[in-house]
Amino acid sequence: MKFKDEPVVVGDPLPILPGHNSAGRLERILRAGVFAVTAELAPPDSVSVEEVYRRAQLFDGIVDGINSTDGSGANCHMSSVGVCALLTRVGYSPILQVSCRDRNRIAIQGDVLGAAAMGVANIMCLSGDGVQTGDHPGAKPVFDLDCMSLLEIVRTMRDQSHFQSGRKLDSPPKVFLGAAANPFVPDFDFRVERLAKKVAAGAQFVQTQYCYDLPRLKEYMSRVCDRGLHEKVFILVGVGPLASAKGAEWMRNNVPGVHIPDNVITRMSGAENQKAEGQKICIEMMQQVKEIEGVAGVHVMAFRQEESVPEMVHRSGVLEGRVPWYPHCDTQYSNSDLFMETGND
Amino acid sequence: MRAVRYWSTSHSATMEKLYLMLEWLMVKLDPLWRAVGYERMDRPMAMLEKGVKGFLFDCQMCGQCALSDTGMSCPMNCPKSLRNGPCGGVRSNGNCEVEPDMRCVWVEAARGARQMHSQQSIEVIQLPVDARLKGHSSWLRAAQLKVEEEKLLHGLGK
Repeated sequence: MKFKDEPVVVGDPLPILPGHNSAGRLERILRAGVFAVTAELAPPDSVSVEEVYRRAQLFDGIVDGINSTDGSGANCHMSSVGVCALLTRVGYSPILQVSCRDRNRIAIQGDVLGAAAMGVANIMCLSGDGVQTGDHPGAKPVFDLDCMSLLEIVRTMRDQSHFQSGRKLDSPPKVFLGAAANPFVPDFDFRVERLAKKVAAGAQFVQTQYCYDLPRLKEYMSRVCDRGLHEKVFILVGVGPLASAKGAEWMRNNVPGVHIPDNVITRMSGAENQKAEGQKICIEMMQQVKEIEGVAGVHVMAFRQEESVPEMVHRSGVLEGRVPWYPHCDTQYSNSDLFMETGND
Repeated sequence: MRAVRYWSTSHSATMEKLYLMLEWLMVKLDPLWRAVGYERMDRPMAMLEKGVKGFLFDCQMCGQCALSDTGMSCPMNCPKSLRNGPCGGVRSNGNCEVEPDMRCVWVEAARGARQMHSQQSIEVIQLPVDARLKGHSSWLRAAQLKVEEEKLLHGLGK
C-alpha cells in the first residue's frame, strides 16, 4: 500500500497534510480511519546495524509503525533514538519510546529534537519501569518528568516552538504524540480519568498494556466512548502471544502491570501445544478487539516470539488484505509469501 | 509512617478543611511575613512544615506542595515521583510495583480525592518539579502567591 504523494527518495518525509502534525505514515493511517497495526521491536545488545534491520524486516508488510523500546523493563539495550534513526534511513515508520526513568528534561528535550531531525515522526511518552526490575537495580532513578509533563513539554515544543524553560526553538519537532494506558490495573475508576488527562496533555494515540481480559477492556472502552475520548485519541490495544502456561504464570507474577486472568492460564495449560495455543489466543484477541467501538488498531508485543507476528496478523485478518508500506515493497517480496500483493492502494 | 499517611488520606475531607483554614491564616499573616521578611521566615517555617507534614503525609519537602490536588496523598512518596497519576505497574491488590508492601500512592490519591470538596482538581496537570524549591517552605510560597494573586485581582477590579 502506497500513498499518492510518496517521497521520491526512500526515507524522505511524506508531505504533512492539513490538520496533521507529522510527516509520518502512522498518523496518515489512523486519521484515515483505517484499522492500524503496530509492533514492538526489541533493540539489540550490540552495535549491529544488520541486526536492527533484521528485526524490523520481520514486520515488513504487516505494520504501520514500529515501536522501539527505551530500556524496556529497565534493562540496558541500544538506545531508542539510535534504533529509530536507523529505521528512518530506509523509510520505516518508527515510534520513539521515551521513558522518564533515565534522563532529565535537558537530555530528553535534546533527544526529541535529535530524533525529529533524524525523521522520527512519532513519539511515545512513558514514565518507565522502575529500576528494580532491570539489570541495573543500583541505577539512580531520574524521573525528573513524568509521562504527563513529558507529553505537555513535547506538545509545547511542537505547537508553541519553545523549550520547557520558555527559550525559543528555531524550528519545532513535527511529531505525532503517543502515550501508554493500562486499563487492567487499579484504580479502575481512575483509569479513564487518567486517559482524559493524557489527552489534555497532548496524547494523540495510546497503546495499551497486554490485553488478556476482554470483558475488562470492553468496560473500559465503553466508559472511554461515553466520555467521547475515542474521538480525540486513537486507541491501539496491546496484544501478544503467551509462550506457555508456566511462562504466563511467571509473567503475571513478575512483570509489573500485566494482568492475565485465570481462565487464560487454564486454557493454556490444557492445550497440547501451548505455544500454538498462545498464538491462537492472541489471534482471537486481535479479532475481538477490532469489533469494539473506539478501538483504532492493535499493538503487537511478541517478546522473543517476533517471528510469529506476521503469521498471527495475517491469520487474524485485521488488515483486511491491506499491505502496509515497507522498504523495497516495489521491488522485492516480504519474507513471507503470504504478502505478495503490493501497491493495492 | 505509612499508617499515619493512610489515615490522613482516609480523612482527606477534614484535611482539606484544615488546609483551607491554614491558607486563610497564612494569607492574613502576610503583613507579619513581610515585616520579618519572607526569606528570613523560610527556614523556620520549612522546619515546622517538615515536622507537621512529615508526620501526617510522609512529606518529602519538594517545596511545591500538591497535596490538595492529589487527594492528600503525597506524590513524592511514589518511587517514580509521579505527579500526575498512577503508572501502569500497580499490582492487582493496589500496591506499588517498586515497593510491594506499600499502597500505590495514586490509588490512595484517587480514594482521597473522591471524599474531597475539590475532587476535580486531581485532573489538573501538575508541572514538573522545580528542583530549586526542594527543602523550602511550600506554605509561605503558597501564601505569597495567593496574596499577589489577590492584589492583581483587586487591581483589575478598580
